[in-house]
Amino acid sequence: MARVLLTDIEKAYGDVRVVRRLNLDVADGEFLVLVGASGCGKSTTLRMVAGLEAISAGDLFIGERRVNDVAPRDRDIAMVFQSYALYPHMTVYQNLAFGLTLRGVPAAEIEKRVQEAAKMLGLVEYLQRKPAALSGGQRQRVAMGRAVVRQPSVFLFDEPLSNLDAKLRVQMRLEIARLHKRLGTTILYVTHDQVEAMTLADRIAVMHEGVLQQCAPPQEIYNRPANTYVATFIGSPAMNLLPVVAQPLPDGGARLVGSGLNVTLNSADVARYLPEGPPAGGLPEQLTVGVRPQDWRVVSDSDPQVDALMAVDVTEPLGAETFVFGELELPAGPPGQDLYAGRDGSTRHRRESACILRCEPAVPVSDGQRVALHIDRERLLLFAADGTRLAGPGHP
Amino acid sequence: MSAQAPTSLAPTGLKAWLPHLLMVPVTILTLYPVLYVIKLALSGTAGVTSSAWPWPEQFSLDAFRTVIGHSDAQGGWLFGRQLFNSLVVSAATTVLGISLACAAAYGFARFEFPGRRVGLLAFLATQMFPGILTLIPLYVLIQKLGLLDSMLGLTLVYSTTTIPFCTWTLKGYFDTLPKEIEESALIDGATRLQIFLRIILPLSAPAIAVTALFSFMAAWNEFVLAYTFLSREAAYTLPVMIRNYVGEKDVQWSLFAASSLIASLPVMALFYALQKHLVGGLTAGGVKG
Repeated sequence: MARVLLTDIEKAYGDVRVVRRLNLDVADGEFLVLVGASGCGKSTTLRMVAGLEAISAGDLFIGERRVNDVAPRDRDIAMVFQSYALYPHMTVYQNLAFGLTLRGVPAAEIEKRVQEAAKMLGLVEYLQRKPAALSGGQRQRVAMGRAVVRQPSVFLFDEPLSNLDAKLRVQMRLEIARLHKRLGTTILYVTHDQVEAMTLADRIAVMHEGVLQQCAPPQEIYNRPANTYVATFIGSPAMNLLPVVAQPLPDGGARLVGSGLNVTLNSADVARYLPEGPPAGGLPEQLTVGVRPQDWRVVSDSDPQVDALMAVDVTEPLGAETFVFGELELPAGPPGQDLYAGRDGSTRHRRESACILRCEPAVPVSDGQRVALHIDRERLLLFAADGTRLAGPGHP
Repeated sequence: MSAQAPTSLAPTGLKAWLPHLLMVPVTILTLYPVLYVIKLALSGTAGVTSSAWPWPEQFSLDAFRTVIGHSDAQGGWLFGRQLFNSLVVSAATTVLGISLACAAAYGFARFEFPGRRVGLLAFLATQMFPGILTLIPLYVLIQKLGLLDSMLGLTLVYSTTTIPFCTWTLKGYFDTLPKEIEESALIDGATRLQIFLRIILPLSAPAIAVTALFSFMAAWNEFVLAYTFLSREAAYTLPVMIRNYVGEKDVQWSLFAASSLIASLPVMALFYALQKHLVGGLTAGGVKG
């Protein structure tokens, strides 16, 4: 086991910087998942740790040793590839034993370790088969076994479950979680699948265009995303992001208006978004409200807490929950006080922005209906114009 | 459930027979020259009739006996010597050519180095000129090296002419091998040489078999260079020996046909032995396994 430390790591191909000043500290025994969309630099980062890509700038430490210029075989790491990368002409046994044979491990020790790994991963009966005679899940287990027998300090996984079907993926995810629990080895795991990231990780590092956006435990990433990118990347369906204009109220509170929202925050709510004291004018004027689909509450039309009206386009009942797709409408204000009445000369509802709502199946929502919504202030996130989150409340 | 047999999708009637009606004449046309050579070889040394029927009017193995038993003035077994020459030159060409082509192709396929592109194009360019163009320069070179009338000289010439083609063929195959396998081996602790010998070469067996067969056949069948570089009868390869049955005034057709058939036997045997690899090699890389 070993700590992995990346300090100001950069990777550039000519003028194109694919990883920019990346700083990560993976603790000894930690399971860190690098997640992000295709091309965000997560696999490149993993390959730099493996020694398969040269590091353009910065320092990489595995344990106490700086390994920037150390060959892959001398880094004491093992890697599991998306394509399994098994040796097709060797049997499962030979695949597992190959790394040990090259390192001159005595035959008896090889036999012992291979049998142990095969037993752990349910491969005993397949040891004499070649990879072509195995299913996808079995091949992936062989790839994992090949890493396990080496007893390395760090495991690197590069999208190991992407080639498997949904059912096998769940199964193998559990296997990987068990493996980590059992061996306690430091793991760096790359995926674009947020479910894998959320379920496996001690911490998740979200990357976007070569830049680390946030590195935090899964629940924190979900509840307190650092910016709008993380907010929309983690969580399915994605968080609703609704641009609004903040209007200060005389009592120190604020009204957030726009995208079909008309949300009033009291002074205590506002203070939570500005923990270091309110700047002159309170909240910044241009904001984005972030609401997870399950954080809307359907209320009655006459409820004074109505924050938005939603015109329902489609409902998707999934049994345990229902997804509701629609658009927020501009609520008509009281006569004479309608916020937008002067702008278009009308007090009729106006469709403003697409929105997704997740609710209990018992909540009566149907296609074509108009529902009134309220956002629990404890669950309302605010993002500044540059996309970063204002402090605000976290989810419980 | 109905007890009816499942409906066959195979065509019936004229549609079923049409391909055969087309293929049978084509097959006959293709086989006719071969059958005629067999007829000539089996007609004995007495002479050849002008009949177009590809079946021998008399059955005799005399031509084969004469060809195989061909000896020189001192009683030395010339045919044996020439067969040996052909085998050694072809085998050596194959081993030397494939060894060098494998290493070169792996280098071209996997490494970036100055001159890589130019080198590859230069290899390709050599294939664009007719072989006869290099005949005189090669003759001068071989003569200066004192390798005329020698198996070594012929082997060197054949190897250098087959290496570019073999390199391109093998590079094409190496390009299809997933790099992750090599990266995995690198992390497992293998050196580049170990990866080449223990991973790449075993995985490339089908492609190497195809390329080796090409190399062997090219050397085995080559006539012009051998005819130019070899002057002693004992140094001849089989194609040159066959040519000797075609004289200026007289053509010994039955001996010519019998020797051709004998010369084609090793290649046929090699084809038969490698046919599994050949099919695999020709289609390899087309579909991810």
